[in-house]
Amino acid sequence: MAGDINPMEQFEVGHLIDLKLFGYDVSFTNSALFMVVVFVLLAVFMAGGLKRQLIPGRWQVAAEGAVSFIDSMVNVNIGKGGKKFAPYMFSLFFFILFANLVGVLPLAIIPHLHTFAVTSHITVTAVLAFFSFGIVLAVGFWKHGLKFFSLFVPHGAPLVLLPVIVPVELISFLVRPFSLGLRLFVAMTAGHILLEVFGSFAVQGLNAGLSGSPIGFVVWIGSFLMILGVSALELLVCAIQAYVFALLTSLYLHDAVHLH
Amino acid sequence: MTDHGLMYIGAGLAAIGVGAAALGVGNVFGSFLEGALRNPSAADGQQGRLFIGFAAAELLGLIAFVVAILILFVVK
Repeated sequence: MAGDINPMEQFEVGHLIDLKLFGYDVSFTNSALFMVVVFVLLAVFMAGGLKRQLIPGRWQVAAEGAVSFIDSMVNVNIGKGGKKFAPYMFSLFFFILFANLVGVLPLAIIPHLHTFAVTSHITVTAVLAFFSFGIVLAVGFWKHGLKFFSLFVPHGAPLVLLPVIVPVELISFLVRPFSLGLRLFVAMTAGHILLEVFGSFAVQGLNAGLSGSPIGFVVWIGSFLMILGVSALELLVCAIQAYVFALLTSLYLHDAVHLH
Repeated sequence: MTDHGLMYIGAGLAAIGVGAAALGVGNVFGSFLEGALRNPSAADGQQGRLFIGFAAAELLGLIAFVVAILILFVVK
């Protein structure tokens, strides 16, 4: 087996404050703690940027850039009537982005301080995905009533093919929340496992090198370089996964608002 | 060969799918770059589609990864 290092240990949810409510376990966990951390970081980032100066400082430019990025994504992908979804898209994108980035912070060099990647749990990402899917359903039925079901009938499809096309479209519609949540969860989990594996190689290589086999130092340096490279890749993946989640949500909202 | 050994072989076989997804993702970005260099002015408008293609190709690789993890840690 791979030494004493368990790559899944970093995802364990532990209780910080024990709480019980009506017989249910609602303890304050390390996962909840890091959600609070993400929320506070995001709130501080936005509160610091809301100065409304005529000549903006750096912080205000950053906050305005963040808002206009979401604004243009909503305008391009949802189009007319998309403006009212901008606050939801903003919260979604920046919560995921900050949670991903907080998760890969290399703070573990300080003993007993392990950052926890909130988005590496399917319980969290699935709830986010069900929120998006629920909004799509609510908006679709609110705006179009039962005409919303015409989403499953593509324009110009020959009548003969409808018995095949409609079930396929229905399945692809129903799979959306699962693929949305699964993608984010697995991408983050995979990256963290990869970092953990190379970290354990580095530690074991150094130990082997110190106990007299020179090839251990080669393994140590190679693994350490890999950690650097994978960390850089992880930063890219963090941003891309947050972007993909928000982009797909806005495309689904486009379907709900405009029906193709 | 023990069941444990077969389990690891199965997880390794499942991980081949991740490599196949790498081909897909490379194809998505490669084709985008090819088109973007021919007509750079149209490239910015297609970035949304680029990431949809990327997301679709990547998801299938991630599912292969999930299968490998399920074999290793869930199946007893």
